[in-house]
Amino acid sequence: MSTIEERVKKIVIEQLGVKEDEVTANASFVDDLGADSLDTVELVMALEEEFETEIPDEEAEKITTVQQAVDYIKAHTKD
Amino acid sequence: MSKRRVVVTGMGIISPVGNDIATAWKNVVEGNSSIGPVTSFDASAYATRIAGEVHDFDPVEAYFAGTDTPDDERRAIAKDFKRMDPFIHYGIVAGTHALRQSGLVIDGRNAARIGIAAGAGIGGLHTIESTALELAEKGPRKVSPFYVPSSIINMVAGNLSIYHGIKGPNIALVSACTTAAHNIGMAMRLIQYGDADAMLAGGAEFATTPTAMAGFCSAKAMSTRNDDPTHASRPWDTGRDGFLLSNGAGMLMLEEYEFAKARGANILAELSGFGMSGDAYHITAPSGEGAELAMRNALHDAQLQPSQVQYVNAHSTSTQVGDLGEAKAIRNVFGDHATQKGKFAVSSTKSVTGHLLGAAGGVEAIFSIMALREGVLPPTMNLVDVDPEVAALGMDLVPNKAEPAGIEVAMSNSFGFGGTNGTLVFRRV
Repeated sequence: MSTIEERVKKIVIEQLGVKEDEVTANASFVDDLGADSLDTVELVMALEEEFETEIPDEEAEKITTVQQAVDYIKAHTKD
Repeated sequence: MSKRRVVVTGMGIISPVGNDIATAWKNVVEGNSSIGPVTSFDASAYATRIAGEVHDFDPVEAYFAGTDTPDDERRAIAKDFKRMDPFIHYGIVAGTHALRQSGLVIDGRNAARIGIAAGAGIGGLHTIESTALELAEKGPRKVSPFYVPSSIINMVAGNLSIYHGIKGPNIALVSACTTAAHNIGMAMRLIQYGDADAMLAGGAEFATTPTAMAGFCSAKAMSTRNDDPTHASRPWDTGRDGFLLSNGAGMLMLEEYEFAKARGANILAELSGFGMSGDAYHITAPSGEGAELAMRNALHDAQLQPSQVQYVNAHSTSTQVGDLGEAKAIRNVFGDHATQKGKFAVSSTKSVTGHLLGAAGGVEAIFSIMALREGVLPPTMNLVDVDPEVAALGMDLVPNKAEPAGIEVAMSNSFGFGGTNGTLVFRRV
């Protein structure tokens, strides 16, 4: 079983069409990985799907980096 | 006002008969039908289970074909392409190929003078259907933010503008199976009137989807010759029993003549006439009179006499009423000239390609231009037993085998549901 970090990273690579080595823990989706507002919405939807969770819009807005996504998932799922 | 002349300098095609001009033209001339079993969904419960699908097409590979593009750019396009309906892929790739063939370089000086007119008859139905199912199953929060921009009809024009920096007029006319012809004709008008110096124009379609196929089946509009797909599309043949639905795109690069000449462009043909009309008759059945009017208007626009036209690429789709109506309309417009074998001929390349709906006028404009340039009339295949009413009109239908012919002027007809007609006239340069 992959770790949460690995699974998040894989989704970011797929959703944003970026290279693996660009997806560092502190990479910002918008500033570093070229995401626009639609990309970030779809990214959150993909995370919800992968981790079978629901991320409320006000929480989703705070998830702007890879690490923040990992932290949120860790805090809100049973894995 | 004297009209500015409009010429064709590039062509791009994605189709069941090939995804480049040379392959598609070879198959059309040789009569290699592309109709086969539907693979895009399980059509086993459908009355019609055959169609003309696009094969061997990877949109990213096709987009960059023949270029040396860095991986980063490929990755960015691949990301975009994941969120587009297939009809948008077809239109973007065909438009990009047409632009590349023209050699036109878009820069800060000319970008605002170059535009795009590209539509679809049906558009993003594949995406609309799957999203509706997703909505019903999972609720509104699971609908992608890309749903709307991945399905709406003007996104071929929108994305081509974004990818190539094309800043002039950006429109998408929608008129069923006349869509591509209307976009090409109206792009010509924009150039003539001075709104633009160059336009990418045409149409794209991906309509082999479950609801579209079911609707056409219920309307009894499509052939049910499921056991013999390559002989199912048979315009003007007694055994015709409906059209074959096909996917793809056909796009032209149009330029004002002096603009093209000044940059040393290779001019493929002149687009010399465009005519339109409405049937005022029925939602799906054609009047015949509307077809006549569109052709007459196009001839008038091109300032040509009927006797100056040597080839008509017909709309005829292999339906009982439509094929006969168009044949009669052509005979009425061209009079006795229409019966002069060696001086006039009509063929339907849909006998080979099937019917690309909103892209049909684009791919058939390309075949008309190729006929002019190559001096070859593409055949009407599967014409075994000509409908006696059509045969009585006395026209050369180019049955089953291509014919050599030195032609100067070719006409391309498109007619659509709603009773919307468009005719384009191309001339050798």
